[in-house]
Order: sequence, then structure tokens, then C-alpha cells
Amino acid sequence: MIPNVAPAPADSAPATAAAAVQPKSGQRAAFSKISASRLFASPGGVAGVVWLAALVVASLTAQWWLPYKTEDQDFTAVLSGPTAAHWLGTDELGRDLLSRIFAAAAGTLGTSLITVIVGVVLGTALAMVAAGRGQTEGGISRVTEVMMSLPGTVIILAVIGAVGTNIPLIMAILGVLISAGIYRVMLGQAKSLQSQLYVDAAKVDGVSTLGISLRHVLPGLTNTIVVQSALIFAVGMLIQAGLAFIGFGPPIPQPSWGGMIQGASQHVYDAPWLMVPTGAVLALTVLAANAIGNALGKAPNTGVSHLPSAAARRQRSVAAGAAASVAEAGAIPAKGHLSVRGLSVGVDGGTPLVTDVSFDVGPGTVLGLVGESGCGKTMTALSLLGLLPAGVSATGGQILWNGKNLAAATEREMEGIRGRDIALISQEPMRALDPMFTVGYQLTAAIRRLRKVGKAEAHAEALSLLEKVGIVDAKRILKTYPHQISGGMAQRVAIALALSGRPRLLVADEPTTALDVTVQAEILSLLRSLVKDTGMSVVMVTHDLGVVADICDNVAVMYAGQVVESGRTANILDNPRHPYTLALLAADPHANTAADMPERLATISGQVPQPKDWPTGCRFMARCQFAGSACAAPVPLLPSGSEDGLVRCVKADELAVEGLEWLATEVPTHRVLKIVEKDLA
Amino acid sequence: MSIETAERQDTAPVAPEQPMLEVKDLLVRYGRGRKAAAAPAAVDGVSFSIRPGETVGLVGESGSGKSTIGKAILGLQKSAGGTISYQGKDITYAGAAERRALGGELRAVFQDPNSSLNPRQSIGASLAEPLRIRGVTAAVAREKAEAMLERVGLPREAVDRYPSQFSGGQRQRIAVARALICEPKLVVCDEAVSALDLSTQAQVLNLLADLRDELGLSYLFIAHDISVVQFLAQRVVVLYRGQVMESGPAAAVTESPKHPFTQALVAASPVPRPAEQAERRMLRESLGVRTAAAVAGSPGGCPFSQRCPLATELCASQRPALRRVGAADVACHYA
Repeated sequence: MIPNVAPAPADSAPATAAAAVQPKSGQRAAFSKISASRLFASPGGVAGVVWLAALVVASLTAQWWLPYKTEDQDFTAVLSGPTAAHWLGTDELGRDLLSRIFAAAAGTLGTSLITVIVGVVLGTALAMVAAGRGQTEGGISRVTEVMMSLPGTVIILAVIGAVGTNIPLIMAILGVLISAGIYRVMLGQAKSLQSQLYVDAAKVDGVSTLGISLRHVLPGLTNTIVVQSALIFAVGMLIQAGLAFIGFGPPIPQPSWGGMIQGASQHVYDAPWLMVPTGAVLALTVLAANAIGNALGKAPNTGVSHLPSAAARRQRSVAAGAAASVAEAGAIPAKGHLSVRGLSVGVDGGTPLVTDVSFDVGPGTVLGLVGESGCGKTMTALSLLGLLPAGVSATGGQILWNGKNLAAATEREMEGIRGRDIALISQEPMRALDPMFTVGYQLTAAIRRLRKVGKAEAHAEALSLLEKVGIVDAKRILKTYPHQISGGMAQRVAIALALSGRPRLLVADEPTTALDVTVQAEILSLLRSLVKDTGMSVVMVTHDLGVVADICDNVAVMYAGQVVESGRTANILDNPRHPYTLALLAADPHANTAADMPERLATISGQVPQPKDWPTGCRFMARCQFAGSACAAPVPLLPSGSEDGLVRCVKADELAVEGLEWLATEVPTHRVLKIVEKDLA
Repeated sequence: MSIETAERQDTAPVAPEQPMLEVKDLLVRYGRGRKAAAAPAAVDGVSFSIRPGETVGLVGESGSGKSTIGKAILGLQKSAGGTISYQGKDITYAGAAERRALGGELRAVFQDPNSSLNPRQSIGASLAEPLRIRGVTAAVAREKAEAMLERVGLPREAVDRYPSQFSGGQRQRIAVARALICEPKLVVCDEAVSALDLSTQAQVLNLLADLRDELGLSYLFIAHDISVVQFLAQRVVVLYRGQVMESGPAAAVTESPKHPFTQALVAASPVPRPAEQAERRMLRESLGVRTAAAVAGSPGGCPFSQRCPLATELCASQRPALRRVGAADVACHYA
């Protein structure tokens, strides 16, 4: 049941937290700031940078500080260990190892850099061409496949045979060979960048293919380029040392790391120390390059890594529940009755996302939770199932289901309730279905698990469930994979899956938002008939007031984490009491027909405030056309006078008497300005 | 196609002979080779025209080809046949250089405010790009960008900020600013408000309407939501599986639809008035339109025939031509 219900991030605070760590200044500056902070956040990265920097400085200034010339021979100290005269010892001809290692460093690093530049530039350029001009991709990919299948060592040895040991040329050819791999890495990324809408926008501008590649694709690749460069740098150094080891290094008296290791290998029994300094320097340098690559390649910190594990979450919810469950409801509610009392949901360690939400859902009724994104409606719905995202938990209040407080239930208890008593259908039906398995397999597996029945019985039940959700050729659909069916069909299957545990309450999170209106109408009709036939109740999260009018018996309008108005659907939509409900209806083009379509739609200036900016008074005050000084004090949810309706507005009665309308005024610029600045602060 | 005058004369100036945009028998196929040629075309013989200052709405379900038509007009999708002419000039196969020569008169606003702006470019750089490639100096481009931001209701200082610092609605305003900065004559809005919340959607719709009235713009407004289209458009073209089902004045098409598909589409769009919605639901259920999961019609016939309550053998074998029914053109044998 409920396989992989990824919490919708739209309403969640972690998402805004992630947005907050986005780059804040100039494009290159922003990039280097991110890489630099990532680099210096890891100890390995710091060590790598320090070592490489020291090596580069030391080798570039070598001619001024080296104690000996590289060819100077000291026959008094042949194959010596570290001494005061020779800090790192000497080789078989009495040459100073320290001097030779650092004299060779510049050449080694420089020529490895050639490999990096040739490989990365060629690979990236090919990837950008292939991604920019689709028709060239096939050709380029075939060529790189051939390149990758060529034995690199043989080619390099052939080049050495033909032109001699020209190290820069050999390293450049190595770069060409490596570029095929880089191309592979870059191509996927370049293609996904090419498919962005801003690339389409640039094409509409008439920006040339080259311009698009340089301005819109290349900046997106920089991070990968840096990481790949660091890794190839290490590979280049190793291959170069390997070549020198087998005798294809710089001509003999000239020092090279590989050559020195080769020399040391001949004295491995009589002078084992000889191997140590050169080997250590080579190993450390390769390690440094890899450490830098690793540090840069780590996924950017999205600010959620510090969040507690699921286990910690379970414990806490128990603790919170123990504190909150003291006030058990007086009357035992009817079976299949959901009663939410004063529910609060918040990010652990502070920010509230939903505060003091109360509503009731009786058996066989449909409640609509309606509001704009960021109003907490999804968080409220997910808390009913104990499926709040990591780092977010119910911080107070009760969710009473059959007399049991779900806000205090353990994860284990919730596992017994989810799918059996309370089921979920989400906005994206495809996310509820595993693409690797057939519809039939997923459906029968859920039925067998939830109803403890045999295979044959589960299969028959799956067929009848699919027929129940209005699928005509159920037998065929059972054999299909999720990608083979349309979105509307997938939502029907997801509903069948949700019904497999015979739930008494269905939480539907924007179940029709991603569907065409004709399909939406069919799904709503299906839900209506299921409610009628099974007596199941539904909590329907939606932003569409038309959907509310169509299917909901009761509605709770949410704004900035609070219920601002609730009651019977007909009362609320036909006679709204809260200015926010009034404004939403006035802004909805569906509320008008072509004949009475206004010149301008009503709007609500500004946007829903972030949880951290919620005022103590009315949370809608800053955007309300009717706000006054009385609105600055906290506003209770009071009876609105129509049946069991509630409204959270101090001016509700006054407005009802005056019969005010939400006017279609344009957003005053100064107000937008103020809001933007508040966002940036 | 249709040359009758729009009902809402107030925003449509007297039509000159030359349309702003004319699409004739447009054919678009996805993929290449024999397999693609055998599959039904994504856009199959669509024709319509937009007069100067007029807004034409393209509505249809997903897979109806409405976005593909927009892409073909913008040169983002190759056409397999037919012609697209902009002010009498054939631009069906225009390359980047020719499009640049159009001087930024033909512009676009896309659906997703998150991906329609390059996250690594400042707002100023994004807005200046279309000007800079036309040789405008950096200083002038910046000044224009600031003025345009102010025009769409954002502070001038926004030029130095990055897309991630703005909300969805603000980003969509920036996308509108980017489209309008080269003083275009025609803007293709592809689901430009679909990803926005109600109140923000209303703000952007008002902005588009204001700019149209002020600058005399023409819009091709592509959306799945017929009510949104009806707010902005004077004429509506209804598409189903790549073909035009009905086209005509917005009021006629949405208030008294003639084609069974348009009727189903209008009846399925819910209104936020419970009593009226209950009536609409009864009406919709009485229409007897078969489920959207039904298979496509036979290639020779009407694409809607498998779902249509009126369908006969004629519909399965012969594709109905557009004909005038009342104020609209309808492709149905029985309308």
C-alpha cells in the first residue's frame, strides 16, 4: 500500500530552505563561491589544495632554492638515507633526491595539465555540439565509441615508436583518447540543459547555436568540468610515471618521477629507502587531485543533512503525543469518524508550518482542504497518514480516528493503519506505481498483503477493483506496465491500489490537478460513486474551487497554516465570509461566463507569507483590502452564523452586513516592492 | 480560415487585409523515418490566422498538439508541411538568422517559470540577451530592462538579482518582461499561467490584458483551461488529436459550443458554484461522451468518433471538413 509516497515538496519548508541556499551574487562569483565553500568544507579537499599548492610553488621556484643541481653527484654518499646534507637521501649515483624530485615536479604537473586541457576541452566541445545539433550526435557518438575501444597503451607506444619520447605530444594524444570518456559524461548533462525552457526562449530570440552553447549550456557544465579535470589530472600523472618507468620518460640524465621510481626498483633490496620519497610524493599528489575532485563533486548541501533519521522521528512523535494526548475527547466518536483538534505541524526545532487546525470528517462525507500553495494543506493531509517528510512532525493537537490519537501513534501503529484504514492518492499517479512491475503484480501484491488472501483470490479481487474504478478492459490493463497507460488510467489504477485495503478514509492530495478536465470530471465522478457505495470518507486537498463545488460536502479554507473559514460547501462558496475566500473566488476565471467576463480579474496583492514571517495578528492582514487596526491582534475562529460554519476574521460580520466585494485593483507597485525586499532580507 | 469580425470589437481594431500571423494546413510529425510517417501526425492540417491586436486562444487536452503548434510558429519544432506566414512573409522554415531579422517581433512566454529563466544568469542578463544580439549597447539594454521590470510591477533593482530569489508569479512577470522587451507585435503564450496559483494567475492575466490594450499586441494564447482562454481571447480554436474541431468567437465557442468535443470540454470545466456545478455535472453525464481512455479514431475518419455520442459509420470513415455553423466553424458531420 502507498508505495513510495514522496511528500509533495511544494508546500514544505525544506524546499524553501533549499531555495535559500541558491547562489546570491554574480554568475562566476556565485559558482566559485559554491565550489570554494564545498572544497574547503571537506578536510580532504583542504589537504589536497594545500599539498598541490605547495608542490606547484616549490617546483616553480626550484631553481632558486634547490640545494644541489640535478646532475650533481656526491660519491661520498651513494644510496644514502636521509642525512643533514641530503634531507631525502641520494640515489645510486649519489644525486640528491630532494633536488631531483622537485626539479621533475614542474614538468610532470605541466604535462599532466596538457592531458587535462586537451581531454576536457575536446570532450566538452564535442558534447555541446552533439547536444546542440541533434543530427550530429549519432556521428560523434560512434566516433567516440571507436576511440574508447582502441587500446590506449598500444597507440601511445606506437606514437613513441614513430616520433620518439616527445612527452607533451604523448600527453596531448592521451588527452584525445580520454576525451571520449569525458564526452560521455558531459553529453547527458548538456542535453538536459538544452531541453530547458530558457534555451527555447534564447532560440526564439534568434541566438545562434554557438551562443546558446556558450551562454546557457557551458555555465551549467562548469562544476562537472572542474571535477573531471581534477580526476584526469591524477590519471595523467600516473600514466606519465608509468611510461617513464618502462623507459619512455624524458632522456636519461633529466629527472622524472617515473624514471626515479624505476631506478629505485633496481635497488629495492640493498637500498629500500630510495623508493620512499619519490613514491610518497607521487602518491600524495595523485591523492591530492582525487581528494579535490571528490570534495568538488559532492552533492551541494541542501540544508537537510542535519535532519534526524526516521527512527529519531518516531521517538519524538511518541514523546510529543504523550504530552498532547492527555485530553482525550470526552465523547467516543462514531466509527469511521475523523476529528482533528488543534493540530500543529512544524519543522523540528522551530518554524511552524500548520497551527491549530481543527476539522471533522464524518463517514461518507467529503471534506475539501483548499488554499494556495504554501498554505499548509498538503502538510495537514500528510500528517493524517503519519507521512510527514523527514524533519517535519506533528508538534501538538490530536488526530482522532476511531477514538485513537494518530498524532501520538508510533510508526508501527501507523503501519497497521496506513493502507488498511486510511489510504492516500497523490497528484502524480505515476509516482504511486513502480515502473518495473506490471499493474497486476502491484495490485495483487497489495491485496495479498493487506487482506491476507491467496494468489488466485487476489487476482480475482484485482480484476474486480479495476472494474470498480471504471476500467473496461481490466484483464489487459493488469498485464501492462505503468508507462504503457495514460495519466487518467494511471490515476484510476492508483485509486484501485488505494482501495485494495478497503480503507474507511481516503486522503486525496490534488488527485486531478495533473489531468485533463475531461479526465478530471471522470475521476471526480468515480470518487463520488465510491463514497456513495462504500461509505468511505475523503479528505480532498485541492486548489481548485470548482473541484470543491463538484465533490465536497464541507470545506476548510486554509491560509498561511491556519483554517480561515470552514463549513458547508454551499454556504462557503455562495456566501463567503472571510476576505481570503472572497478574493479567491473573485480571482477565479471559472467563476465567470464569457458574457459576464470582467475586463480585469480581481487579484490579491503580494504573496502568501513565509512561515517565519507570520504576524501574531491576522495572517492575511497585509494583503487584505479590508484590513484595519483591529486585525493586528490574534484572531480566533468563531461561528459565522450559517449552520456550523466558522470564520477567522474580526470584520466578518461587518463585511457581511455591508455586502462588500473584493475589487479588481492592480497590485500597487510600492507594495510589490516592499514584499520583494522582505523576501531578500 | 475564419474571417468574420470578432464580437469584442473594443480590443480588436478594424482588421487590415494582412493578418499578423497565418497558419495554413500545418502538419507536424514527431520522429523520423518510415515509422513516424505511419504514426498519426501531432498536428494534422491546422489552419488559423491572427489579426493585428487580436488574441486567439488554442485549447485542447494534453496530446492535442496545441503546444506543438506554438513551437512550430516559434521555429522550435520542424514542420512537415503547410505554411506559417508572419505579416505575409513565409517563416515556416526560417533559420536562426532569419528569425533574428524579424527583429524580436515574434516572442514567447512559456509555462514553467522555474525553467524559463537561466538560473545562472542575473535577471538583467536574461532580459538584455535579446537586445544585445541585436546590437543594443549594454548600458541601453540595462536601462530598458529596468524600465520593463517596472512596467510589469517589479522593482528596478531586480536586474541584479537571480531567478531563485523570486516567487513563481514574479518569475512569470519577468518572463513576460523578457518577451516584451524588444517591443514585439505577436507573443505566443504557451500555458503561461497554468503553473501559478489562483491569485497570481489573475495578476499575470491582468498584466497580459493591460499590455495588450496598451501596446496593441497580438497573442496566441495556448492553454488547456477554456475559462482562462475565454478571459483573454477574442477567438478560440479547439483542437483534438492534432485537428481543429471548432473555431470561432470566444463567446460563441464557450457559451454555445457546437462540436460534441467542445461541449464535453466546456461541461467538464468545473465552476465554483455548487448548485450550478451540480447542473453542469448532470448535463455532462447526459452528453454520453465516452471515456477519454478510448482509442483513437481510424486514420481516415473523425479523431473524436470513438468517444462521440453522435458518431455513425460515416464518422469512422470520413474526416469531416470545417463548415460554418452559427458563428463558428465546426468539423462535425452532425453539428
